Amino acid sequence: MAGKDGTILIAGERAVCDQRGVLFFPDLGLLAVSDLHLEKGSSLARRGVLLPPYDTAATLLRLQAIIADYNPRMVISLGDSFHDSEGSARLPDPFRDRLCAMMAGRDWFWVAGNHDPDAPAGLPGETVRELAIGGLVFRHEPSAVPVAGEIAGHLHPCARIVQRGRSVRRRCFASDGDRLVMPAFGSYTGSLNVLDRAYAGLFRWDAFVAYMLGSSRIFAIAGSMLRPG
Amino acid sequence: MQHDAAALLPERFVKWFSERGWAPRPHQLELLSRVQTGSSVLLIAPTGAGKTLAGFLPTLTDLEHRPRRRPGEARRGIHTLYISPLKALAVDIERNLTKPVGEIGLPVTMETRTGDTPTHKRQRQKLVPPDILMTTPEQLALLIAASDAQRFFEDLRYVVLDELHSLVTSKRGHLLSLGLARLRRYVPSLQAIGLSATVAEPDELRRWLVGQNPPGEMADLITVAGGAKPEITILDSEEHVPWSGHSARYATPEIYDAVKRHKTTLLFVNTRSQAELLFQELWRVNDDNLPIALHHGSLDVAQRRRVEKAMETNSLRAIVATSTLDLGIDWGDVDLVVHVGAPKGASRLAQRIGRSNHRMDEPSRAILIPANRFEVLECRAALDANYLGAQDTPPLVDGGLDVLSQHVLGCACGAPFYSDDLFEEVRSAAPYANLDRATFNRVVEFVATGGYSLKSYERYARIRRTKDGAWRVSNPRIAQQYRLNVGTIIEIPALNVRYVKAGSKGSASRGGPVLGKIEEAFLETLTHGDTFMFAGKVLRFEGIRENECFVSNAPGADAKVPYYGGGKFPLSTYLAEQVRAMIADPARWKNLPDQVADWLRIQAEKSVLPRRQDLLIETFPRGERHYMVAYPFEGRLAHQTLGMLLTRRLERAGARPLGFVATDYAMAIWSLGDMGQMFKRGRPSLGQLLDEDMLGDDLEAWLADSWLLKRTFRNCALISGLIEKRHPGQEKSGRQVTVSADLIYDVLRSHEPDHILLQATRADAATGLLDVRRLAEMLSRIRSRIVHKDLERISPLAVPIMLEVGKMPVHGEAGDSLLTEAADLVEEAMG
Repeated sequence: MAGKDGTILIAGERAVCDQRGVLFFPDLGLLAVSDLHLEKGSSLARRGVLLPPYDTAATLLRLQAIIADYNPRMVISLGDSFHDSEGSARLPDPFRDRLCAMMAGRDWFWVAGNHDPDAPAGLPGETVRELAIGGLVFRHEPSAVPVAGEIAGHLHPCARIVQRGRSVRRRCFASDGDRLVMPAFGSYTGSLNVLDRAYAGLFRWDAFVAYMLGSSRIFAIAGSMLRPG
Repeated sequence: MQHDAAALLPERFVKWFSERGWAPRPHQLELLSRVQTGSSVLLIAPTGAGKTLAGFLPTLTDLEHRPRRRPGEARRGIHTLYISPLKALAVDIERNLTKPVGEIGLPVTMETRTGDTPTHKRQRQKLVPPDILMTTPEQLALLIAASDAQRFFEDLRYVVLDELHSLVTSKRGHLLSLGLARLRRYVPSLQAIGLSATVAEPDELRRWLVGQNPPGEMADLITVAGGAKPEITILDSEEHVPWSGHSARYATPEIYDAVKRHKTTLLFVNTRSQAELLFQELWRVNDDNLPIALHHGSLDVAQRRRVEKAMETNSLRAIVATSTLDLGIDWGDVDLVVHVGAPKGASRLAQRIGRSNHRMDEPSRAILIPANRFEVLECRAALDANYLGAQDTPPLVDGGLDVLSQHVLGCACGAPFYSDDLFEEVRSAAPYANLDRATFNRVVEFVATGGYSLKSYERYARIRRTKDGAWRVSNPRIAQQYRLNVGTIIEIPALNVRYVKAGSKGSASRGGPVLGKIEEAFLETLTHGDTFMFAGKVLRFEGIRENECFVSNAPGADAKVPYYGGGKFPLSTYLAEQVRAMIADPARWKNLPDQVADWLRIQAEKSVLPRRQDLLIETFPRGERHYMVAYPFEGRLAHQTLGMLLTRRLERAGARPLGFVATDYAMAIWSLGDMGQMFKRGRPSLGQLLDEDMLGDDLEAWLADSWLLKRTFRNCALISGLIEKRHPGQEKSGRQVTVSADLIYDVLRSHEPDHILLQATRADAATGLLDVRRLAEMLSRIRSRIVHKDLERISPLAVPIMLEVGKMPVHGEAGDSLLTEAADLVEEAMG
């Protein structure tokens, strides 16, 4: 179980599930963030859906505040950092500068995702398929079979509970203590319930906990309390 | 003015009337003569006055002397467009008109075009247009967005708008007014004929019918006085009238008795859940096995049609219905209308009672069944109003900018437009008569590139201005997208409800028939095995798969999970006023049932009765908590908003409020702190607490995060075309791909709070879900007229709302507190 501060153990490693949707490993000075989906707005605009063009700004602003809080030695962006493969090329200069400023002075890894299989254009940092650190392995798509210490993204987990006839649906970290799937961080990213078929076989159900994001803390909810939809 | 039928009507018509021993009614001839002189006309008449025939007489007489089309001659376009708010009504009118047209022997073709019309028929209608096309506002919008629109409508002479009073008050009305403006551009001589029930402000509708250039132009008005006064009674039950609730279950035997004593009874209720409940209850006591049917909008179409057919052939004794049967559909020989629950508005009551006995000269018979004690007062007030002929249709509001956005894109899909021309055209529609040019330009910008101050979407523009200055769609795909998203009716996400065998979860087999649709939000709160009422049955929830909800039969079981409780329509301002007046005047209590009059008398002893213009606030302790109950009688929506705002203020004042509930009549807040003491010491005083300034910063601050505003924004985003509607089959594409309106709202609000869509959202919320306008009127009315009564225990008047505490969901930003509860449960269990 998580403490009120959202600290959990993943494959023996201490990790903080931050209610803002990032994972921090204090002993490693490592911050992981997943599914930023930068430039999703402009990606949809190309198809005539003219959503407000502020999603990249909003996402980066939140990330900036978190990085200032933790001042991590290393940051891993766990794939789908850009919504499409031209996203990094479309990134307006002011945002590029802001991103570079965040990256300066620390190690930065871009894990390749299905939306952005290639290295981002014109940005520093190292692009990798996956990354192993101690007992942990970071990759975008969770493996189909149980892998101890795997931290993944891709699925955009959320969970739903019903309490007193009212339903609450929130993004969440999904974990059984061995592996973990991170919530999507991007401002325009939707989410998929952890009870969906897409998660079948990933977790040991009896140990499954959804760490739901509250406005000022994390709420650890056991699998048996969750509802589909 | 008297008209000579023979002078106005062609011979065949005169003969047809006289063969049946009928004579054209004066208003029918009057309308015909006005239209023949080139005027547009508004006809206001009660049900049964022959409105439909009146509306079509100009068309039929005009077509009568039209020469036959010679072979080889070009096809003629639509002659008359008939628009009704309901698909069923269009179909019904076609059927009703076919008979006289055949009997008179007119060479007239007529067809319907609705969402149900198959594609091949629609295509044929484009090639071979009927003389009369019967359709809905959404279909008109689609026709306008087609590239052949101008040609399709070039022969148009008349537009007949049925049930105009119900069309104009909604966003559909805004869309229709813009469509009408477009039609007037195609055909400047176009005449509009509006058919309406009685309304409070006929001039608003008269302006609505004609182009507002010059502003203030009005259609002619013909008013037909009401027929015989309806005979309305309030059920004076032998039983105990409940304090609260909406089921009226206590009256079931008496209702059944009334059904038995009449040929056909129409039973109106306000919500679907009430319909389901009443239907169940009636069948429980239906010892004579009378054919009693159920009709509401969520039922499967096929089932609804079966009921309608049975109705037509008079093979039903009673039908339990919601507003789907409200409008002027003529079925069968209804000799009694029973209205269960309070009517919520005097006009609504008049409309529904008009369903019975469709002959104008005979009185309609109706019985009102109040479901609780406040409803007794409300029914009495409505009844008095009906005798007075009072009307309380809501005032028309300015046209929505989201609707205008949709229309602008639709126009561009049809043909290139020039801003100057379209602006003039739009302003000629009454709801948009006050639109300023700057706002219009922002709407066009919004349609083109989203209208953001960060101009990053220029290259993705949906419409572009070309060298000649005309705006055109930038590619054909945009027009396709538009056609899929047209309309202003936002469907609440709903799932098909399908029958399966108990325990099968639907996985093994395809399951049985679909019973209808239920909102996702309700289904989401169910777990396996929960029972609820739907389609006249008690059903057990088996599970959800993709877009279907599986249920099994649970006969005999009690429905465990109630559907949303209360009435759907908020109490009208007019009726609220009447109810307050009645409470304040003991002389009028003699018209009330004894138990209700006693209730008020005891209230006067134990507490106080508010005077007509006063606001009574009672405070009292109960259990571990302190309660504050206010009685504004301003309707549920305004009370809900008031509750949210007062809770914030009390929080700041240190009263530690825990929650609140709102009904149509009252609002209650409970807290840990002693609010009665606080008000007495003036910290804060009730005057400060209820100051109008709560509609300033507090409202802004609360609104920012309110789910109500998010829901309103979602509707505006859908109507304006910012986001696309969810279509059947798309659900599978996965939720993580779609961008929810809530996320867009959050981003837009923090980065561009003045965006035109947020402006549209706030305007909507003020009149819609929040009813801020009404709350503002109330706050200004009660200034220094607040009566505070600090009591030692609950008062009689407070009993109804106190019974709702705990039954109704507590409103507020409770998401995190519910999560805390759930998380604590887990912690407790896991130690």
